[in-house]
Parts: sequence; C-alpha cells; structure tokens
Amino acid sequence: MTQGIPYDRTLLARRAAIAADLRRLLPDEAVIADEVGLGAYESDALTAYRQLPLVAALPATTAEVAAVLRYCYESNLKVVPRGAGTSLSGGALPLGDGVLLGLSKLNRVLDIDFANRCVTAQPGVTNLAITRAVEGQGFYYAPDPSSQIACTIGGNVAENSGGVHCLKYGLTTHNLLGLELVLPTGEIVRLGGKHLDAGGYDLLGLITGSEGLLGVVTEVTVRILPRPTTIGAMMLGFDSVEAAGACVAAIISSGLVPAGLEMMDRAAIHAAEAFVRAGYPLDVAALLLVELDGTATDVELRSAQVRAIATAHHASCCHVAANEAERIRYWAGRKAAFPAAGRLSPDYLCMDGTIPRRRLPEVLERIDQLSTEHGLRVVNVFHAGDGNLHPLILYDAEQAGQLERAEAFGADILRVCVEAGGVLTGEHGVGIEKRDLMPLMFNETDLDQQLRVKCAFDDRGLLNPGKVFPQLRRCAEEGRVHVHRGETRFPHLPRF
Amino acid sequence: MADLHPTDAAEVAAIVAQGRPIEILGRGSKRVIGRAVPADTRLYLDRLGGILLYEPDEMVISAHAGTPLSTIERALAAERQRLAFAPPDWRGLLESASDDQTIGGVIACNLSGSSRLSAGAARDHLIGFVAVNGRGETFKSGGRVVKNVTGYDLSKLMAGSFGTLAVLTQVTLRAMPMADYEATLTVRGLDAAAATKLFSQVLGGPFSIVSAAWLPCELAPSVGLEGDVALLRLEGLEISVKERCAALAQTHRVEVTPLEGESSHSLWKALGDGVPLARDSQAALWRISMPPSVGANFVAALSQARGWLDWGGGLCWLAVADEGDACAASIRALLAESGGHATLIRASESTRARVPVFEPLTPALAALTTRIKAEFDPLGILNPRRMG
Repeated sequence: MTQGIPYDRTLLARRAAIAADLRRLLPDEAVIADEVGLGAYESDALTAYRQLPLVAALPATTAEVAAVLRYCYESNLKVVPRGAGTSLSGGALPLGDGVLLGLSKLNRVLDIDFANRCVTAQPGVTNLAITRAVEGQGFYYAPDPSSQIACTIGGNVAENSGGVHCLKYGLTTHNLLGLELVLPTGEIVRLGGKHLDAGGYDLLGLITGSEGLLGVVTEVTVRILPRPTTIGAMMLGFDSVEAAGACVAAIISSGLVPAGLEMMDRAAIHAAEAFVRAGYPLDVAALLLVELDGTATDVELRSAQVRAIATAHHASCCHVAANEAERIRYWAGRKAAFPAAGRLSPDYLCMDGTIPRRRLPEVLERIDQLSTEHGLRVVNVFHAGDGNLHPLILYDAEQAGQLERAEAFGADILRVCVEAGGVLTGEHGVGIEKRDLMPLMFNETDLDQQLRVKCAFDDRGLLNPGKVFPQLRRCAEEGRVHVHRGETRFPHLPRF
Repeated sequence: MADLHPTDAAEVAAIVAQGRPIEILGRGSKRVIGRAVPADTRLYLDRLGGILLYEPDEMVISAHAGTPLSTIERALAAERQRLAFAPPDWRGLLESASDDQTIGGVIACNLSGSSRLSAGAARDHLIGFVAVNGRGETFKSGGRVVKNVTGYDLSKLMAGSFGTLAVLTQVTLRAMPMADYEATLTVRGLDAAAATKLFSQVLGGPFSIVSAAWLPCELAPSVGLEGDVALLRLEGLEISVKERCAALAQTHRVEVTPLEGESSHSLWKALGDGVPLARDSQAALWRISMPPSVGANFVAALSQARGWLDWGGGLCWLAVADEGDACAASIRALLAESGGHATLIRASESTRARVPVFEPLTPALAALTTRIKAEFDPLGILNPRRMG
C-alpha cells in the first residue's frame, strides 16, 4: 500500500466513531469504513498515486450531501468529492485523514426541456447518458471527453472537461447553464438556471474547473444542441511535422471551424495502426484527422477548402471518408491511441499541455530531444486545432526509477509548453499531478489571489486540500504556511 | 475630486495601493450602469492603451485595458477577424458623450450583442488578464491559449464584476473569423408568443442560427422594418446560407423576406446597440435574461411597458416609466417563477438609488459574494457600492 498526501494518522483511531456519526446522517450501507470496501476508492485514473480514505460516504440526495458536509465542517474533517474517478490528474485521490464523498448515487436525469434546449441532471449521471436521454429527439450534449461512457457530469463541471469536439462546441463551461452547489459549510446555493449569464459575479464560471476545491455540485443544467445533419471526415498525411503544423494553422485561420482537428505523430500512427487497422498510411511523419459537420453542402464545400489548403501545404495524401463506416474507422485509430500505447509499454503517463499552435514543430522537436535525454519513448497525439498536446510517456513501473524518470520527463515537457507561451493543463486539471509545477505559470501574488478565492468558499481549507496548489494558506491571515517549496516534486510520496 | 489618468500598470497599482475609494473608468461610456460610486478619486484607464500582441493565425489578441474598442475592431477587421460576442455600443442608449469605449470596460461589464446566443458571452472570449486587486497587488490569470484549465478561471469572475474586484490593466481575447456571408430572414405577423415558439423550433433544427430576435410593430421602424417581425440570422458560405434559408422557410412554412450582407449586418449591429428603445430617453430600461420559452410573458405581462426580444427569446429589453420602482417588483416577481435576472440598464440616478440595479441575491449567495469581494478588495475601495 502506498500513500498519497501525508496525513494525520491519529484520526485512524477515530474511524469507527466518525463512521458511526455519518451513519446517523446516511443509511448504514452508504457509509464504508472497512479497508476492503474502501479499496474501491483508493485511486482515480492517475493510478500512480494510491491512498485509502478514512471513510467513504455515499449520499443519495442533496440534503444528505449537505448533512455530510455540515458534519465534516463542524468536526473539522477534510472531504474529497468524487464522481466516477476518471480524473487523469489525481483530482479525486483520497486523503488518509479525510472523508471520501462519492456522488455516484445521485444518478438521475431530472428534467429534459426541449423548448429551452437544456437538460438538468444529478452529478453522478454520466456524460454519455445525457446524450442518450435526448438523442431520440435529434439532440446531443456537445462536450465529449474520451472517458464519456464512464465520467460523470459533476466531474466534468469540476474539471471543465473538453473533448475532441470542443474546438467548435466549447468546453463544459461554455455548455453549462446552471448548478446547485453545496458549500463546505453545508449551505446550498443555486447558480444560473435555464437562462444565460446569471446575475451577480459569474460564480458558475468560477466553479467550473475548480477541481472540487470550492463546493460540491449536486445538480447540473446543461444546454443541448441539435445533431448536425451531415458529418464528414478527412485524413491528411504529411512528410514532416512542420508541414502538418502549418496546415493546421492555415485551416484554422481560413475561417472554417472544423468540429475536430487531431494530429498524430509517426509513433502514434504506427501504434494505432498495429492495434486497430484504421487504414492509416505508415509512410508519413504526421497525420491529421479533420472532422467537418453541418449540412451536406457545408461539409462538401468545406472538405474542398480543406483539400485545397492541404495540397498547398504539400500533403502527401488526402483521403475523404467515403461513408460513415470509414469515418468511424478513421476515428477508431485516434481513439485507440491510448490503449495502443499501452501495448507498447506496461505503463504510460499522459501529459496535457497546451501551446500556441504555431509553436508545435519546435515543441515536438524539443520533446524528441527530451525523450533521448530521459531514455524513455514518447508517443504524441494532439488536439491540434486548439493546441492541446497529449504526449504519452512510455515507462515500466516495475523497473526501479522509471516512474521518477517519466515524471521528470513530463515536468520538462510542461516546462517547454509554458516557455512556448502555453499552459500546464488544457483539460485534465492540475490535481495532485501538476500542483508543484504551478509556479512555472504563476508567481506568488497570482497564486495568493487564487488561494484567497478558496478562502471565500472554504475558510477552514477542508474541501479537497492538497490539490491544485503547491502551498496552503491560512485564511484571514497575512502569513503563509509553506508546506513544501523544494525543488523535488512530491517529496512525501513514496513511489512504486 | 481628482481625475487620474495613469499611463502604465505600475502607476495604477500605486494609485490603488494608497487605499482610498476609487471610481474606475475606461472612458466613462457606461458609467451610468449601476449605482453612483461615492469616491473622490476617478481612475481613468484611457491612457493605458495599445495592442500588445495580435497573432491572426493563432486567433488571439492582447491589449492594454484602456485600448479603444474601435482600435481592436479595426486591427481585427484588417485580417477579416472579429470579436464573436459582438460587443455592443451603448453610448446612444446611455446618452454618453464619450467618444469611444475601452476593451477593459466591455469586459468588466460583460457586454455581448445578439450573437451571444450562438457565440458565447464576452466572458467566454476572455482567456487571460492582468489586474490590480484592492491591495494594490498586480496579479494575472489564464493565458493566451483557449484550452486551459490551469488554476481557477478568474477570467469568468472578472467579466461582469464592474470593476468591483480588481482594476483590469491587460486583457487577452480570442479572435474569430468573420463570416463569409450572412443573411437575415424576416418573418412578419408573429406576436411575441408565436415568435418564441418559432425560435424554439428553428433553434432545435439543423439551420445553425446565429441570432434570433423579435420586434413589435411599434419598435420595428426604429431599425427600418415594419409590423411585428421575427428575425433569424444565418452565417457561413453563401450557397449554404441560401440553402438553409430556403429549407427553413419550407420546413416551418413561413413567408420570409431575406436581408443580405451589409443590410443584415447593420440590422444586428443596431439591435445589439439597443437602438429600438434608445430614443425614448425618459423611460427606464430593463435588460432581462430568462429561459427562452418565457420571453414572451415579459412583453405581455406589463401593460405600460414596451419591449422586444433577443437571444431566441431569452433576452427581453423592456422600457417602463422611470418612476416609483420602475416596475422592479413586478418584473422580479415574474422572474421568481421562471428563473432569470433583470438589470436596470438605464434610469435616473434617483431611481437607481432606490431600486436594486442588479438582480438581488439570495442571502447565502449575497454572503458568498461579500466574502469574494473582500478577498480581492478587503478595504472596499474599488468601485464601492456600484453593484450594491
């Protein structure tokens, strides 16, 4: 058993008493305090970090969520909210001295309103279930993170999740109309509704992507969109990453907004092709997948535009999916890139920096150099349209020192992204994974202002502490509590 | 009374650090929105201007907060780009003598035009900023790329905070391509309820509507139209727009008259700028956001009021007599049923002193708002009372 964030072990002695207290607020079976039961919650999708929570509480209503939070506030107990646990940044990593608040029982779609084109759902409803609930009427929910079959809408709000189609349709924040939120004190507030631009400060926008540090979402209203009548896909091959990168810039600035624009490097193309036989050309250095949607005329005309741009940028091949089966096959390769990387190596670390698109060739070249320096292979897939890189660093956790090398490599990649004018994370969140890298982007004043926002919501620092920020701050005090400011990442975290 | 016009961000920080109440202005064009600010110092950002970075192929533009909007729009237009949220110009509406407005002011007030329906609000296009908080500390948030979840999204908090949290000194915005072509379908003879119903059907269809508005016969002439009229704007490649217009008319069995190109463009510019109700300078003006399906109720419910709808029925502009509570109680009672919020965009100073200009918050939200304000501006010196 390995640990996550260091914690107060004296609380373990109070585990039974805390569980008994929680069972006065929730049905018996909704409180888990045995180590076997708690094992289900010991990590999220960032499996390099594991920690059993002190207790898990599984409320089924907003009132129960509020009761648990009020109890924890009064008892000064830390709380980590969790949806489906698909976070790639350790956002839902439990605390050994904290209550794990699982929201999976809040799993009902509450209201489908076609007249106002919105759906209200509880936070434990999966992303895909929202689309499933409205697709019979020709609608869908646009943000489509790759984990959409499992990830929950509450988790999407906490992480401001994106997906392949956010280039055209935006992130969660652009598709969100309203929230019910429980504050760490147990107070329930409503933000927004079925209307646009709620009055007062835009707390809806602030909560979105706050990684579970400001409140617990108990109800979500999202807008739904009519399905486009036609969807087309193109596959473009290039002899160099530079040429592919220039083609991406030309497509985007031409004014046509593709529904998706993805890039894969040679390693990713070969890995995906070997895995799913998508029909990718193996003699190219970079592959672009372009998805266009709209009316049949739109797709036809835009495809011709893309083809002209690709030709001008010396594409070595340019294929248009002849039918829906072929379009799905193009995407199957891209969607298989992660599992395909998993076949090349026992473990991989998925990075998530965003860079200005035009810096792509030099950043990829630098990643290539770093790969040699760190002695670890890397596979690059890339949401090219919005500059969001997903280098997959291949390593073997069984080999001593490889995880550390992979993490050092990952940190170097993110450093390169920031130096290129980019950011640490485009869609996976800071979580525990990147919190110590925050000073690469923000100085102490910047971070202090963010921590003050935390204080306005959570004066006792009980909600998901240890995530996002490299240091804690006592609220209502000028002094700072420096937890660790060392050069080493995660000095407290044992490796395995 | 002192009017200060700092020329760099360090000067702004030094002024704020003195700890005295400050009214923050760009060029003052929207000064009459909200409550009058009791402050002896007026801080104008108008000399903190200039574009810092504009990369058309990255579709990103950064500018000092005091840059005139017209400067930004000219630079973008030269590359056939634009701010997709269509920032409105309310100088006519607010009877302002200012010769322009600043980009910082547009963002601080989160002002978006008719295309907000499809393109998002000002807040959605602000991807990073630098500002001075009430302690006189300069801080930044966000970046220059769109896809970014690093830290709290403070850009959202800044947009629409009317200068009460921090003084914006630099903003970074996404630029979007101009449309190849646009057209507006005008459908005559629909009352507000029928128009709202049409909007709901059409917006749920495959027509990619950019904006949707409705004007009653008494307001239509203000923008060169006549009769009760519903307006639907489409953009894209010319062939596609024309095809979608034809399909829409056929599917929904409506007789339409199209407006094309520049006449469509200038119509929506006028609507965004609030022209339909701008002339009646004696009236108090409400801007009400609500679920689109109930938009028509607001036009019908108040017999003395004159109103029109934008955002597919989700935004109602309403002119009422500038006396008593300017119908605040009736409007907010309707909102209590439907959800939504009303802002008293224009009224006499005495009315604005009596009536909450912004939608009153529930006690829990008001307390949270106060705590957030205190974490940015502990002394309460930035635009005190403006949103209160």
